[in-house]
Amino acid sequence: MSDVLPPSEAGQVGARRLDALHLLTLSAALATLLLLGGVVVFLGIEGAPALSGTSENLPAGASSIWALAWPLLYGSVWASFLAILLAVPVGVGVAVFAVFMARGALGRWLGTAIDVLAAVPSVVYGLWGLAVIAPRAVPVYEWLSTRLGWIPFFAGTPSTTGRTILTAALVLAVMILPIVSSVSREAIRLVPSSSTEGAQALGATRWEMIRTVVLPEARSGIVAGVMLALGRALGETMAVAMVLSPKPFLVSLRLLTSENPGTVAAYIAQNYPEAHGLEVNALIWLGLLLFAVTFAVSFLARAIVRRSGGGSR
Amino acid sequence: MRIARKRRIADRGFTIALACCGLLALIPLISVVWTTASRGLRRLDWDFFTQSMRGITGAGGGALHAITGTLLITFAATLIAVPIAIGTALWLVEYAAGSTSPVIRALARTVRAVIDVMAGIPSIVAGLFMYAVIAVTVGPGYRSGLAGAMALVIIMVPVVERSGEEVLARVPSELHEAALALGVPKWRMILKVVLPTALPGLVSTLLLGVSRIIGETAPLLLVAGFTDSMNYDLTDGRMVSLPVYVYSQWQNKGVDAAAYDDRAWTAALVLLAGVVLLHGLARLVVRRRNQTR
Amino acid sequence: MTIEIENLNAYYEGLQAVSDVSMSIPERAVTALIGPSGCGKSTLLRCINRMHEIVPGARVGGGVRLDGADLYAADADPVEVRARVGMVFQRPNPFPTMSIAENVLAGFRLRGERLSKADSESVIERALHSANLWDEVKDRLKRAGTSLSGGQQQRLCIARALASRPDVLLMDEPCSALDPASTQAIEDLIAMLRAEHTVVIVTHNLPQAARVADRVAFMATTETGDGGHLIEYGTTDEMFNHPVRSATQDYIAGRFG
Repeated sequence: MSDVLPPSEAGQVGARRLDALHLLTLSAALATLLLLGGVVVFLGIEGAPALSGTSENLPAGASSIWALAWPLLYGSVWASFLAILLAVPVGVGVAVFAVFMARGALGRWLGTAIDVLAAVPSVVYGLWGLAVIAPRAVPVYEWLSTRLGWIPFFAGTPSTTGRTILTAALVLAVMILPIVSSVSREAIRLVPSSSTEGAQALGATRWEMIRTVVLPEARSGIVAGVMLALGRALGETMAVAMVLSPKPFLVSLRLLTSENPGTVAAYIAQNYPEAHGLEVNALIWLGLLLFAVTFAVSFLARAIVRRSGGGSR
Repeated sequence: MRIARKRRIADRGFTIALACCGLLALIPLISVVWTTASRGLRRLDWDFFTQSMRGITGAGGGALHAITGTLLITFAATLIAVPIAIGTALWLVEYAAGSTSPVIRALARTVRAVIDVMAGIPSIVAGLFMYAVIAVTVGPGYRSGLAGAMALVIIMVPVVERSGEEVLARVPSELHEAALALGVPKWRMILKVVLPTALPGLVSTLLLGVSRIIGETAPLLLVAGFTDSMNYDLTDGRMVSLPVYVYSQWQNKGVDAAAYDDRAWTAALVLLAGVVLLHGLARLVVRRRNQTR
Repeated sequence: MTIEIENLNAYYEGLQAVSDVSMSIPERAVTALIGPSGCGKSTLLRCINRMHEIVPGARVGGGVRLDGADLYAADADPVEVRARVGMVFQRPNPFPTMSIAENVLAGFRLRGERLSKADSESVIERALHSANLWDEVKDRLKRAGTSLSGGQQQRLCIARALASRPDVLLMDEPCSALDPASTQAIEDLIAMLRAEHTVVIVTHNLPQAARVADRVAFMATTETGDGGHLIEYGTTDEMFNHPVRSATQDYIAGRFG
């Protein structure tokens, strides 16, 4: 009679002999690790030379890679911030609407519409932004400029083409709206009905219930969705590259003028075709930087979810 | 009474504001679909699907080479990404989850974290990665459909892995037990019970993964390049895809600018229709499974 | 096939579920394991075909012999053990991707054993006859196994287990998810199976144990955290009419559990 068997031996006497599938799936998992490792290593190898670049060989005659990178990072963060500002109220509103008001067919249609919105390729958004948003934005920008020009954001001569950072942010906002609303919708659905019914039993109106119970309880989920959307907006390339024609090294708060900061991702796409020599290394280094920023954002998002969601679930 | 009225008005206002949000979300969708359809229909003709852009400088021509390129590149990317993604998901759900070994548990945690990080990689970074790989191995200047497909693999793996993991985890544990109790080795149980049971969900996962990469532009622009001609060889030479075709038609307009714009919109329409079709199919597969239950 | 359980201890991660159980289960008879929830009777059952150890962190100590052969010997393959000892679960679990016929043959198909067409037809018919299901499904063998009613699904699962001609059939509360009519059908079936099979059944339902079992084993926990002990084991008549231990008397009389 055998004594107390250690679990692994007890369970796998036969498995160990036969299980090629375990090895196969394990190697798939290792391949995944390898893929990400490869991304970091190869971007590092090809990006590092740019660190020693000078105004002689860097794109746009930048004195160093940092002089090139900072304004672009600013542009990425600024455009994404504006997009979040525009998309989050609407996205959360849609989510609340979908959960509490649009029951049945209406809710399903809204869900499908949001799904389709998420599936539209970014080049199509680029074309659409240029053909639909930019021309319609011009009179609005002129109005904002004459009436509210004293606010720094609206200062300067408004663009006559409508291809400004605000237009790019609008297109980005439409692109990230589905992420914000679908993640928020899941977070709101997870609020236990005991909480909502409790609030209603105390005589709260629907608005009071949502404001005092639902939104606070769903907050960490909504914030995670916003961070996810932020990561997406930071990395979005084609739509911004098509809508925006940036001015190198510009850091500006102005939203309506034809002189706009560029974004990292769009800059890479716009300058890639003509790049040669160390300029290519510089673009790769910019890509690594962008990766680091989006990584930090997603890390932050997970930390938020873990800290406030871990205890209750 | 006054307070009650105030509260009622606030509630009413709130309801209206939310309905406006719903409408506001629909406006861009309707606008995108309407604009793409109305402008894309102008060139939605036989030539568009049967001709390339070889030797075309003004009107005419088509996107056959781009459609072929999209199909080839997407197919190759799917062929590489799906085994990695589903294999990883299987390992996490079927092997790592039931293990008490601290090594395997740590590895599983690492793999999940890596998948999360990969899901956040901007697509242009995936393109740059493949460019860097090419520069180190083959030498810069090399462009091919396969390089583009490899960049898309980076984007597709986390998408398919995550939803594949969800689908596999939903296979009831009763079926695992039923198979094991019949004296079936674990690997056969996975191949013959788990995978067939999860198949509709996995097919839907696959379709959503394809729809995610089929519209990707930036990475292909970088490593697959652009061409006006047909290219059936994934390993040799530039290969254009539909999204890149849209971008380049818009970017490099010739003398007859309207002809280039029309082609860009028509390609956008075909692309949009393809993506919506894939989404519809994915839903259909899952719904049919639910009905037969 | 007689089953000898010797000093069996079973654990879940850090928790003892079965404590030092020794008993001898006779062949061609129905033996029922009864006892309150959490007394380890299901765990004990799952030790007889080495299903207990598929739970992560689960361990088994002691031994189980099937006609003298130690199922927990170092060279014993749990997969082979399970092929010899059939099992039926609480909830019917036919494979949803397979037809009725394929479900019956599932053991062979999943183990990769090939049967000729004639052989598989005879296996299907024999197993479905043994499970008392043949007349109800013989005209729709190609339909999905999940299209049957709950009671029929459970009998299909019994047929699936019987198809491989197991030495022993284990049943883990096979009627707890079924309506009274289906329960009746399963109990009739168990009475038929007794002639040729060694059956071990876990049940919560005392009248059921009294109706179907030849021998009854009563298990209970004596102290919390200690795991379930075998309190008393005897023929059905002894256990229900002249139990020796006071705990058995209390349980049979419905005073706890």
